[in-house]
Amino acid sequence: MALLEIRNVVRRFADFTAVDGVSLQVEAGEFFTLLGPSGCGKTTLLRMIAGFDAPDEGELLLDGQSLRGIPPEHRPIHTVFQSYALFPHLTVAENVAFPLRMAKVAPDDIRRRVQDALEAVHLSEKQRHLPHELSGGQKQRVALARGLVNRPRLLLLDEPLGALDAKLREEMQMELINLQKNVGITFVFVTHSQAEALALSHRIAVMNRGHVEQLDEPSRLYSFPRNRFVADFIGKINMLEAAVLRSTAEALVLDVAGVGEVWAPALPAVAAGQRGMFAVRPEQVRIQSGEVAPAGVGHNQVHGRVLDFLYIGDVTTYLVELANGTRLEALLPNTAPGRAKFFEADDPVTLTWSSQVGVFLDA
Amino acid sequence: MRRSPLLWAVALAVYAFLYIPLVVVVLYSFNDSRLNAEWVGFTLHWYRVLLNDGEMLEAGANSLLIAFVSATFATLLGTMSGIAMHRFKLRALPLLVITPVAMPEILLGVSLLIFFVQVLNFTLGLFSVLIAHITFCVGFVAIVVRARLAGMDESIFEASRDLGASPWQTFRLITFPLILPGVIAGALMAFTLSIDDFVITFFTAGVGVHTLPLQIYSMIKIAVTPEVNAVSTLLMTLTLGMIIVASRFAPDALKGAA
Repeated sequence: MALLEIRNVVRRFADFTAVDGVSLQVEAGEFFTLLGPSGCGKTTLLRMIAGFDAPDEGELLLDGQSLRGIPPEHRPIHTVFQSYALFPHLTVAENVAFPLRMAKVAPDDIRRRVQDALEAVHLSEKQRHLPHELSGGQKQRVALARGLVNRPRLLLLDEPLGALDAKLREEMQMELINLQKNVGITFVFVTHSQAEALALSHRIAVMNRGHVEQLDEPSRLYSFPRNRFVADFIGKINMLEAAVLRSTAEALVLDVAGVGEVWAPALPAVAAGQRGMFAVRPEQVRIQSGEVAPAGVGHNQVHGRVLDFLYIGDVTTYLVELANGTRLEALLPNTAPGRAKFFEADDPVTLTWSSQVGVFLDA
Repeated sequence: MRRSPLLWAVALAVYAFLYIPLVVVVLYSFNDSRLNAEWVGFTLHWYRVLLNDGEMLEAGANSLLIAFVSATFATLLGTMSGIAMHRFKLRALPLLVITPVAMPEILLGVSLLIFFVQVLNFTLGLFSVLIAHITFCVGFVAIVVRARLAGMDESIFEASRDLGASPWQTFRLITFPLILPGVIAGALMAFTLSIDDFVITFFTAGVGVHTLPLQIYSMIKIAVTPEVNAVSTLLMTLTLGMIIVASRFAPDALKGAA
């Protein structure tokens, strides 16, 4: 049985439907992420799990038991808020002790468990400080310790890294992964950052307009997006209009605008004549100098001219314009030290990619 | 930081305008003369007169009692309405609570008088004054408490529930300690407003009860003697003392009013 089951949950507000028939299951011990742009319903869903809001239709079950009518204080679920929501008049140790006090744990046990929890987040020496004396990252850690100290069945995290700067965010990501692994508590994480979701999660539900668009492991989401929204939202991707020429068990042959015949991984559900988009990631497209001769059937290849490039440090992204005006991005790692680019604007180049990469999207 | 001399001058003028009359009142309470006209010499005579003035002492005791009781009830009710105004976004509620604050005192006084005498058929006295004072003080406390809550991160209260606290525990352990400075500031305001209120008291006291402002007023109808200065000085000292105590007890109590 799944730890948390969400069954056909609908939540309507005055003029729009925030959550529109979401069903999903979170397994015990999982690091589960709800990913989507703002307004997609992920926070509303989280608030219903925590008990701050209730579904208009459908049901939430924890360990098979309905959560209907159970107030937040009686749910074995804790939340780490985006703003951390530390109690400003209590010290770090008192903040962490709060859930234990509410659960009427013996004072000696409270002291010991608060120590352990603060040690786990490396904040033992700050226990007598007030929240306003802490940095953003430290507040974040206190909120985590406070959420975990009473060992909830489920820890909800509402964009907890949103307020941190980039470097600290990366550190905290590592810590979150380790912490979740060590404590073995199920995490449900909400974020609009696809990079964060990919780095942290075991599974991700991509949400849009109150629906779950796709629920999958990070690598599958990235490689096999099910529709345009997911493809576009997760990472960078080139999208080209395409029509299906042939669909076989081994491959899908497409007619892609501006490129011609393209071989793509097989999709059994797709039939010849269907129209849609061919999507391929910039790092899967190889860029070579000059006009290379066609390498034969099954090798996707197209000529173009470098329009522009963007040096990022570890890689450079080249924007290439094809003969018909279609633009494609290709990514090249900067392996030669001291060189920001391998091509100049207006250089003729050839783009190639394997028939094993890219995906046809009909929706 | 550099400030323009003009700004300094304006600030000084404003403070002078506010405080010089107060200083004069205090100084002349020690003046050995029947008139508040020129400085003759130092004396404590007017304080002795004050201490032997039974009516004045009784009025003072009444004022203190009324201020204490009405501040207590107004703080209780005002805190509750402040929280209610913050939590339930009802448009009518702030209107109902704040109207007595904005209403001209004379109107409030007259309408309370009519209400007590004609509607309730009530004998005016200590009780009617108390009800009247609580009525006009509640709004002030409510405004201060709501202002305090308005600046707070709403998720703090959700976090408390989330971590296992019942609504009552959340109020006791989180909400109340956080609004306490506002509550204290509100209580101080209510106390001061009540102790020096003249207009509303005048209409609702009848003949049964005398308060300090009423007593002073009836004295200066005859002649202003430095006894009035003496009693004013004591009143000022009391108010000042309360502010000092409050700022010791809750250092940001006065910030709560902002």
